Amino acid sequence: MLARRKHLIAAVATGAIAFASTGSALAQKKYDSGASDTEIKIGNIMPYSGPASAYGVIGKTEAAYFNKINAEGGINGRKISFITYDDGYSPPKAVEQARKLVESDEVLVVFNPLGTPSNSAIEKYMNSKKVPQLFVATGATKWNEPKEFPWTMGWQPSYQSEARIYAKYLLKEKPDAKIAVLYQNDDFGKDYLKGLKDGLGAKAASMIIAEEGYETSEPSIDNHIVKLKASGADVFISITTPKFAAQAIKKLAEMNWTPLHIVSNVSASVGGVIKPAGFENAQGILSAAYAKDGADAQWNNDPGMKKFYEFLAKYDADANKLDGSVVYGYGAAQTMVKVLEMCGDNLTHENVMKQAASLKNFTPDTLLPGVTINTSATDFAPIKQLQMMRFKGEKWELFGDIITDDFTN
Amino acid sequence: MSAVQETVTAAPAIEAVPKRAMTLGTGTSLIVLALLIVTPLFVKNFIIFQMTMLLVYGLAVLALNILTGGSGQFSLGQSAFYAVGAYTSAILMEHGGMNYALTLPISGLVCFAFGFLFGLPALRLSGVYLALATFALATAMPQLLKLGYFETWTGGVQGLVVTKPDPPEAVQSLLAWVHLKMSQDMWLYYFTLIITIAIYIFSVNLLKSRSGRAFMAIRDNEIAASAMGIDVALYKTLAFGVSAAITGIAGGLGAIAVQFVAPDGYTITLAISLFLGMVVGGVGWLPGSIVGSAFIIFVPNIAEGISKGLSGAVFGVILFLVIFLVPHGARQVAMVAQHLLGHLKKR
Repeated sequence: MLARRKHLIAAVATGAIAFASTGSALAQKKYDSGASDTEIKIGNIMPYSGPASAYGVIGKTEAAYFNKINAEGGINGRKISFITYDDGYSPPKAVEQARKLVESDEVLVVFNPLGTPSNSAIEKYMNSKKVPQLFVATGATKWNEPKEFPWTMGWQPSYQSEARIYAKYLLKEKPDAKIAVLYQNDDFGKDYLKGLKDGLGAKAASMIIAEEGYETSEPSIDNHIVKLKASGADVFISITTPKFAAQAIKKLAEMNWTPLHIVSNVSASVGGVIKPAGFENAQGILSAAYAKDGADAQWNNDPGMKKFYEFLAKYDADANKLDGSVVYGYGAAQTMVKVLEMCGDNLTHENVMKQAASLKNFTPDTLLPGVTINTSATDFAPIKQLQMMRFKGEKWELFGDIITDDFTN
Repeated sequence: MSAVQETVTAAPAIEAVPKRAMTLGTGTSLIVLALLIVTPLFVKNFIIFQMTMLLVYGLAVLALNILTGGSGQFSLGQSAFYAVGAYTSAILMEHGGMNYALTLPISGLVCFAFGFLFGLPALRLSGVYLALATFALATAMPQLLKLGYFETWTGGVQGLVVTKPDPPEAVQSLLAWVHLKMSQDMWLYYFTLIITIAIYIFSVNLLKSRSGRAFMAIRDNEIAASAMGIDVALYKTLAFGVSAAITGIAGGLGAIAVQFVAPDGYTITLAISLFLGMVVGGVGWLPGSIVGSAFIIFVPNIAEGISKGLSGAVFGVILFLVIFLVPHGARQVAMVAQHLLGHLKKR
């Protein structure tokens, strides 16, 4: 065991020296555990069972995408072997699975593990082992801390980023808004609320005239909405998960309250939220998006989405293209492949992290036109752009420019 | 006659287990112990970690076994005690800067009090009703841990990260003599093993003692027990307290091994897993706890290996087979094995 560790240290050290001396990483083949001339091992943890099992689709889509890459010849001639384990959305199980991936399967990188609690549980371990915990599938803001956790990186826009974009929009379009906020009283809701307040800056105190937190255990949020209406607000921001977002849309219509209604991206699903709440109740609602909607006909002739639909037809026939998780998994897997291509023949933990932090204007097929992925040694938040959208008829219509969240913590 | 009787009388909730049958023979115990001591020297750190978790869940199952197998009370709320233990240790270590080993007895005490107090209202309930009351406790716990009032201590939904202890200086310098180094995982494993053995011996002796006999008398017939002068209320709550204390210590050890506590780690699923572990290990048979613990740790992994999409279904089938083929769990297998061995010896 001691020998193995020494070997690992030596490998990391030589990897580092290789950077310093050659500059071009392609000069020589360098491998850490999990990579060889023929194979790259990618680990993954997903809640295939348990309360969040709906997200398991992401892991399945990613597996299908890597199959496609392998069928097309792999990455620089190396086949990907994708090892994905179930943690049932339980943090202790996630630790067990992460250790299995790192110590038993010896993967090169743990890619896109899902869930804020699970990722929080393994973050310290991954960083002490110096194995990349790359493109984690959670919207929490804490994954962008390259100084403290140089081996952990997010992917999607953080909740705070999204909230700041709404703030930006409001400051520009409705600077005298009286805002009422309904938020879920947990990490998701609070992260969002903080982003909103940061985004509004000095005006936050005067613009937000009412805020109400609700617990996920509450059967109905009607009383919160009644209170918010009574405040006399003319903007209603709904930081809610799908079930409550739909309730809020319905209740607003029932009470004939028609403020400017903004709903978080988490609950922007047409099938999961808007349709159950009634299309007629949802006209004019605002939200923001960073990825294309697989159900939206406007993308039928889009070259990126054409590739996506072809992939689904050939490698993932069972997948439901209406499910946002499929679009998500495809985009994340494509980013992973891009990073591995950039690594060339230098497949060390360190180089994977270095290349992941050197993405410049990369656009996966499924992101909105104009949204690009950019990272640097001090910026571990790959996607920071969103576009506002308005619900009209039976679908979302994008409007305005792509808004970049340039706020720095 | 006896066959008729068996079909007519409703089977008692828990079959009476004679005291003698609650433990393993000395020889077998020593072999198991030797295996537990030697194996970590030859396996990877990851396996050592899994073995640590095996002991931790083993302790939690053992605690439930004392409660159900010993005093005949059901509990689906063990995850709540486990969570309280885990959080007590984590908070004392991270906010109080306390040594990890010292936090465990405190976790045990806190959980003992908690379990004892919960045992009071539970006195009025029995069987399925008690199981439901404890079930409520288990569903409430993750939400209580998320409450804003405690957030500065518990870290809310985000949970708390726990630092993994290094082997103590004394052990390290001793090993340095023979040019060996002990990993954190290995140290934690032996630390857990020592505690597990201590608690196991305590439990065996508890069940053999006056209190243990009182537990079992209550289990077998409450009215007869009180007629014999046993303070039923006291012993029932005591059983809850002891069980909760051991579960709390297991929770504390689990938090240290996993290095993280969060409300989502202690849901009702955990309570049901522990219950399952007890049934598979054999209700009332203490050594079965470790078998039950192995079942709840490894069988889901096996099920996942067979089919990702249907892991739950595969797990269900395996569980069904176990219950169907060996309804008394590992105890039954051990008894049969012992019987066969006896035959061989005679020849």
